[in-house]
Amino acid sequence: MRIPLSWLREFAEVPAGATAEDVMEELVKVGFEEEDVHRPTDALQGPVVVGQVLSLVKEPQTNGKTINWCQVRVVPEGAEQTLTGEGIDPSGVQGIICGAHNFVEGDKVVVTLPGAVLPGDFRISARKTYGHLSAGMIASVRELGIGEDHDGILVLSRIGLDPEIGTDAMELLGLYDQAAEINVTPDRGYAFSIRGAAREYAHATGTTFTDPASKVQAPEVLSGGYGVKLNDDTPIYGKPGCDRFVARTVRGVDPSRPTPPWMASRLRLAGIRSISLPVDISNYVMLELGQPTHCYDLDKLSGDIVVRRAAAGEKITTLDDKERTLDPEDLLITDDSGAIGIAGVMGGAATEVGGTTSNILVEAAHFDDVSIGRSRRRHKLPSEASKRFERGVDWHVAGIAAQRVVDLLVELAGGTADEAGTDVGTAPETVTIDLPAGFAAARIGIDFTEEQIVTSLADLGAAVDKVDGGWTVTAPSWRHDLETKEDLTEEIARLVGYDKIPATLPVAPPGRGLTRVQQQRRRLIQSLADAGLTEVLSYPFVSKAANDTFGVAEQGGDRPALKLANPISEEQGFLRTSILPGLIEVAKRNHSRGFRDLAIFESGQVFLPGETMGTESIPPLGAKPADEVLDALYDGVPDQPFHVAAVLTGHDSPAAAAHAPRVWDWADALDIARLAGDVLGVDLVASQGTHQAFHPGRAAKLSLRTGETVGYAGELHPKLLAASDMPARSVALELNADALFEAAPDVIVARHISTFPVATQDVALVVPAEVPADDVLDALREGAGELLEDVALFDVYAGKGIEDGKKSLAFGLRFRAADRTLTADEASAAREGAVALAAERFGAFQR
Amino acid sequence: MTETLPGDAIPNPTDESAINAAVDQAVTAIAGAATLDELKAVRLAHTGEKSPLSLANREIGRLPKDQKALAGKLMGASRGRVNNALADRTAVLEAENDARILLEETVDVTAAPRRRRAGARHPLSTLQDRVADIFVGMGWEIAEGPEVESEWFNFDALNFKPDHPAREMQDTFFVEPPEAHLLMRTHTSPVQVRSMLERDLPIYVLCPGKVFRTDELDATHTPVFHQFEGLAIDKGLSMADLLGTLEHFTRQMFGDEAKVRLRPNYFPFTEPSAELDIFHPGAKGGPRWIEWGGCGMVNPNVLRAAGIDPDVYSGFAFGMGIERALMFRNEVSDMRDMIEGDVRFSEHFGMEI
Repeated sequence: MRIPLSWLREFAEVPAGATAEDVMEELVKVGFEEEDVHRPTDALQGPVVVGQVLSLVKEPQTNGKTINWCQVRVVPEGAEQTLTGEGIDPSGVQGIICGAHNFVEGDKVVVTLPGAVLPGDFRISARKTYGHLSAGMIASVRELGIGEDHDGILVLSRIGLDPEIGTDAMELLGLYDQAAEINVTPDRGYAFSIRGAAREYAHATGTTFTDPASKVQAPEVLSGGYGVKLNDDTPIYGKPGCDRFVARTVRGVDPSRPTPPWMASRLRLAGIRSISLPVDISNYVMLELGQPTHCYDLDKLSGDIVVRRAAAGEKITTLDDKERTLDPEDLLITDDSGAIGIAGVMGGAATEVGGTTSNILVEAAHFDDVSIGRSRRRHKLPSEASKRFERGVDWHVAGIAAQRVVDLLVELAGGTADEAGTDVGTAPETVTIDLPAGFAAARIGIDFTEEQIVTSLADLGAAVDKVDGGWTVTAPSWRHDLETKEDLTEEIARLVGYDKIPATLPVAPPGRGLTRVQQQRRRLIQSLADAGLTEVLSYPFVSKAANDTFGVAEQGGDRPALKLANPISEEQGFLRTSILPGLIEVAKRNHSRGFRDLAIFESGQVFLPGETMGTESIPPLGAKPADEVLDALYDGVPDQPFHVAAVLTGHDSPAAAAHAPRVWDWADALDIARLAGDVLGVDLVASQGTHQAFHPGRAAKLSLRTGETVGYAGELHPKLLAASDMPARSVALELNADALFEAAPDVIVARHISTFPVATQDVALVVPAEVPADDVLDALREGAGELLEDVALFDVYAGKGIEDGKKSLAFGLRFRAADRTLTADEASAAREGAVALAAERFGAFQR
Repeated sequence: MTETLPGDAIPNPTDESAINAAVDQAVTAIAGAATLDELKAVRLAHTGEKSPLSLANREIGRLPKDQKALAGKLMGASRGRVNNALADRTAVLEAENDARILLEETVDVTAAPRRRRAGARHPLSTLQDRVADIFVGMGWEIAEGPEVESEWFNFDALNFKPDHPAREMQDTFFVEPPEAHLLMRTHTSPVQVRSMLERDLPIYVLCPGKVFRTDELDATHTPVFHQFEGLAIDKGLSMADLLGTLEHFTRQMFGDEAKVRLRPNYFPFTEPSAELDIFHPGAKGGPRWIEWGGCGMVNPNVLRAAGIDPDVYSGFAFGMGIERALMFRNEVSDMRDMIEGDVRFSEHFGMEI
């Protein structure tokens, strides 16, 4: 909401020298955030004066143009030129070259004299051009920054002005005024008006407020006016779409009357374009009182006005000349011809006031906020009117606003008001609220005095009645947001001042600290960072193809994923089922910036649609839903496990003197995955894995001991890397971290630490090449029995001396007994047991 | 009787001056040895089996009994002198040798390679932990929830009326199909609702996490960002308690000079509501007030939605942006740096914030 200061001053005590900034500083105290300042003089400086064209000589140029060499009087005849400066002619007559042709000798125009600065830092000075010294400029509205029309010179008589020569044109055009723009929260519709803003300014400064509504003399009762019927057959939430319609008629309006500059200036500062006098008056009254009104060309109306819902398929051409198909929920203003307006949103083109309109019907109606909001959204037609109706308009101000429009049409447009008028509808019930004594004090922590409470509420316009144990408060008709004692409490605190609230620190009951999962998550993230990986973030928005590739192991699979109804980019219209697509994008971005050696990771939720998706209906607000309804809400929310993933490209470290960096390989990916398991105390089992995103021979499936698959690690598929412009041999891993957290042991039972000597034995086993080393390890462990403390693979060999299709695996076995020193025979027997089982399972034999 | 060796006479072990001369000769030779190798040769020449002193020593056995003791004493002392000289010289030369070797092993430490890559946390994640730790220290607990939520948890339970403009102002990502009433949470407030439904009273929880709005990415907007919201529900909580909590937190975060200012505002889920400014003593360009979030007393309709009696309990809630904090606390001027994943951004912070 933009508030021209000259307008605010009419109804509030704004100090003479106050700037828009000063006003905003006051208003922010009562809850209106500062948005902007609109001040023409920030871009426009004088001298800019009224001049009269004394003579105008047309001088054709060689380039085909004709220019006007004008003598312009800028001080009244006989008076002295009091301005001085380079280019200011002491005679009071300036010679000016002008290229526009829409004015004649004798016209009064706006002259920007040498020394003036126009918007765009355009400095006016006397300069030689077309063989003359042109000392100033005859200005257009565009050059002055007050309009878009730059075709011609602003001829003052055309806007109804005949000022004295030499008059300060900036004063004349209202250019010394300025506007403060504040942000109005959606609960405070009343503040979308000078009336509301002035009231709030008075609250903020503790000064007197004059209600603009009180200055209008509207008749108590209207009758005999234009026929209006309110026929809403299908109210929304049981509320009729229109509960008041005031219609007034004004005849004999002079369509040639221009909008006076003071009104145009205020509208402009308020951000509203001047269109025609009747429309400008309508907008002016809306800005002043907060009540949108509409002017119809009375002669284009046929039959009674009926406010009703649209019929299916009904159409209207709105003021913007667009034909719109209406929805049965749209509330319409209609006459015998059909729809003549979408109520509270936009009028129709057919009954619009125009250049020939002389008889006008003024509508000031009260519409249901929900109905208007839905129509506005449906037709994507945000308007100044709909903005106000959606946020609530004062039911009682409609008649006053209609009267104000009528008065201005009479005063400014030369019309005559009909005495008869129409006012139909039913006033809403007043809202009364019980405010128990002590409630506001307890809720805020300020010991409010009775006077503070009563005065604050009365200042708002509420009626306050003292009752046993507190007050009964009747909310003002423009404050639809005041419904509860909490609402009143905020108002009291707001007017007394939030800066009066003391600070006390409540003590929470003893807490339990971070939960186990929260600790696990932190440890996992910190460990990966400690291990040399860099944590990054990416967006969860991915393409369908990315989900299908990374979300399913088998090729050609279709990954069920959540689709956004309104994504930022249609291509990335799905929610991730894997973190890897986002990480690969991040890797590529780093590559493009010159960083090819990367080890990056991200953790976060992925989104897996379940069998049930959401709920068909939503329980109402303000009440706890029944258990089964709540259960359905919980069950409908898709599964969103916490994943961790990493991508490694290039080398493990920067190249340096005497240091050969190592290229990351599949084993690094697996190693990091295992590290993630280790730091959580979870044993991950790796097995040869197949996943379409990974190299078919260089990927491990990672499982828990229970067999549950929890992720993959290895080299990304060469084709995928090539297609996504990633370095060859890049590796990656992804784990369902939630599954790891769950699998972590609750309590770790200590192991006996034997101090008896160790016995180590090595064994080299030849097995078929396809047998996984891990399986052989398992067999050795099992076969060796309890004396085996540890076994590790330390060499893999195939080639000379080993039969084709076989490989040799060398293991180191470490034996130790809990209670004695092992003999060599005991250790050997255990080793033989181990080898025997490997032989039995895989046909392994010792080399 | 005396025997002689070729070239050198065997000194008589009772002849003190002859023995001393041999010892002096040995000590001089020892002192003259410049290297351990030379010293070894000297040692062999003067203490070896064929050395004059060894040979003289061997002569003691042949002496008459009455001379043996004297000769033994003389020879013992003499050999002792030589051995001491040897030991001292050995120590000196070994030290010299060690020092030389170590000197030769000198490297250019400034040319050391980095073999280990320093990992890094994302500062948003580190900052989130820092905030959480402050509240955990106050006895609060950390609550979390899903990022795709039911509309009821995100809006209705929080007293957003179905057709109210406030709901539209949230710029919500909706999930298909619309009939499922699922969306990406626009704030972490649904976690507050879940907390109220699932926890015993009183409740003091902090809900950090990712939230989503349909803003295009630019220097000051991102469709995915992070918040932390606090919720306290107890008997008799007031706005003064809210202010005190915020003050305590901001002082932990920004130092003892930090202050909190509340300005009236509107949120459907709180009444009264306030905008929250903090006075940041360490802000770039000097101490100043910075807008950081919203807060207020929990609207009774929100309590009712969770089955809590608003006549018995009251509560307060607040919410702030982590990105915003990173912007004014750590002077990150462009939001894009936080989400593009450029490794330089995270690595600059390392593990700290």
